[in-house]
Amino acid sequence: MADPFSNALPEQDLRAEIWRAGSTPRSHLGRASLTLALGLVTFLAVAISAQHIGAYAISQGVSPVVATLPGIVAVLAAVVVLLMALRALRCALAAARHSEVYAARELGASASLGAWKAMSWEGALLILTAAAWFLVVNDAAVSRTFFDLALIRDSALKVLRAFGTNVVIFFVSGVLILIWSLIVAVARTLPGEAGKPLRFLAIAYGDLFRGLPAIITIYLIGFGLPLTNLPVIAHLSSTSYAIIALTLTYGAYTSEVYRAGIESVHHSQVAAARSLGLSHAKTLRYVVVPMAVRNIIPPLMNNCISLQKDTALVAIIGTIDAFNQSKIIAANHFNLSAVTTVAILFIAVTIPQARLADRLSERDRQRMRAGG
Amino acid sequence: MALLEIDNIRKHYGSFEVISGLSLDVREHEVICLIGPSGCGKSTLLRCVNRLEEISAGEIRIHGDRITGEGVDLDRLRRDIGIVFQGYNLFPHMTVLENTLLAPTRVLGLSRREATEKALGFLDRIGLAHKANAYPDSLSGGQQQRVAIVRALMMDPMLLLLDEITSALDPELVSEVLDIVRDLAAGGMTMILATHEMGFAREVADRICFLQAGNIYEQGPPAQVFGDPQGERTQAFLSSLKRAGRL
Repeated sequence: MADPFSNALPEQDLRAEIWRAGSTPRSHLGRASLTLALGLVTFLAVAISAQHIGAYAISQGVSPVVATLPGIVAVLAAVVVLLMALRALRCALAAARHSEVYAARELGASASLGAWKAMSWEGALLILTAAAWFLVVNDAAVSRTFFDLALIRDSALKVLRAFGTNVVIFFVSGVLILIWSLIVAVARTLPGEAGKPLRFLAIAYGDLFRGLPAIITIYLIGFGLPLTNLPVIAHLSSTSYAIIALTLTYGAYTSEVYRAGIESVHHSQVAAARSLGLSHAKTLRYVVVPMAVRNIIPPLMNNCISLQKDTALVAIIGTIDAFNQSKIIAANHFNLSAVTTVAILFIAVTIPQARLADRLSERDRQRMRAGG
Repeated sequence: MALLEIDNIRKHYGSFEVISGLSLDVREHEVICLIGPSGCGKSTLLRCVNRLEEISAGEIRIHGDRITGEGVDLDRLRRDIGIVFQGYNLFPHMTVLENTLLAPTRVLGLSRREATEKALGFLDRIGLAHKANAYPDSLSGGQQQRVAIVRALMMDPMLLLLDEITSALDPELVSEVLDIVRDLAAGGMTMILATHEMGFAREVADRICFLQAGNIYEQGPPAQVFGDPQGERTQAFLSSLKRAGRL
């Protein structure tokens, strides 16, 4: 080993030679050729599948335009991918031939990137082709079971109306959860000896309701409370029981999210607030919680989406929500297409929410970076 | 009677003693600079005075009234003792103005209008009135620290603790912060500064305390401590600063 503190570093010439020897350009010819071969396979697979599936669909009475359009799009995509692979190969060949090192390096790099891009498109097209086959094999059993368009159309209104129950449960329990879990989180972070009993209770609550499967909580509350004959709480609607059960379950999860947010606020911020004479409560109210909430918007939103989906669990206590309604329709027609409608509804309301959450937290970040 | 009396205090972290039997009296309008190597207890001492840290033994008095021990209203204590931190610690979710208004409105019960008027006056005084509605993250370190000083001044503190307030700043921003401290000193504010800015300490301090291993090793007027240090440790510390070109 050379001693960096000594005056002479002896092997510099040797190091330079090794360095230069290591910088010969790579053409990536192998990867580019493989990509082209895979591109040909993909093109053939897509073309044959489009032909077969399209012909089958037309034989089943699907209009020729609807039946052939996806196939044509897929085949065109395969052609584009094939061209991408060809261009990558041309770059690789040029890189291998080029005498000038830097130009060869650039050509090699674009061959490499082009080959990766083409290969990932090839993978995607092959997967989509396989999915298309899955829908039509065995006399289109999959499509008929899940995507009976006539049944979807006829049952949509009924299912949509029942989905209103899910929306009500979601909104009411969502608001309750945000309040309730903040209370639990604050109890969980109470300081000192005096806070101990409530802190302990908050921990026990969290452990209990995070351990209990949501479906069991819903079952116990939905069927258990009416049996108690207690005034008021024994005579609520099943929707109310669902709201109570989901609030208890999600309150436990969300309080942990809040707590993580509260604990993520740096203690120097707390020190600054307390040094100004703010009490523990005021420090929480004006400094810690506002900062905590900003930090936890993504996981909070995650819980929100999860809650929305779990409103379907209330079907177990007989609430006529969208899932229960669609199950009834499915049983009557021996076909699951109405359930597909519910699935699509849930997905359709979830995606905009996720985007909205991204937008909100991005806007907040922008605002805090902004000058006056 | 001294404004602040620190009487033989000790502070342990586990078995490690950060402050060992330190005593210090600070008179009204006095400016004290604490100097010394890292880990000598400067910051801990300041944080003990407003009780962000609890002392293990001894006592601290303000105007003769003991503020250590049980039953002291810490919120009231901290209302009257301001502190500015090395890392500014402005609240990032509030604008500059909101940062300065929080304590006066929520703790002292000043009306928002009254407090705003006062804050804008201070911000104007330090040349940052135009940043009143900006968020801290958009400000330079020097600007943030000046705002932090204003935030502390909004409470009309009778004692201001400055904990290495220029240590996190780029060199060219140090002076804009120190200028404010200089003005405050001229205005008669009682201050204790933990600092590594020896030139500034020499200029602004009434008394320099050199801390070493949790106690005051040597103290005196700046001219004496810097010009003719008595203790061996003080001499070693100052000469190492000279070698590093910091003195």
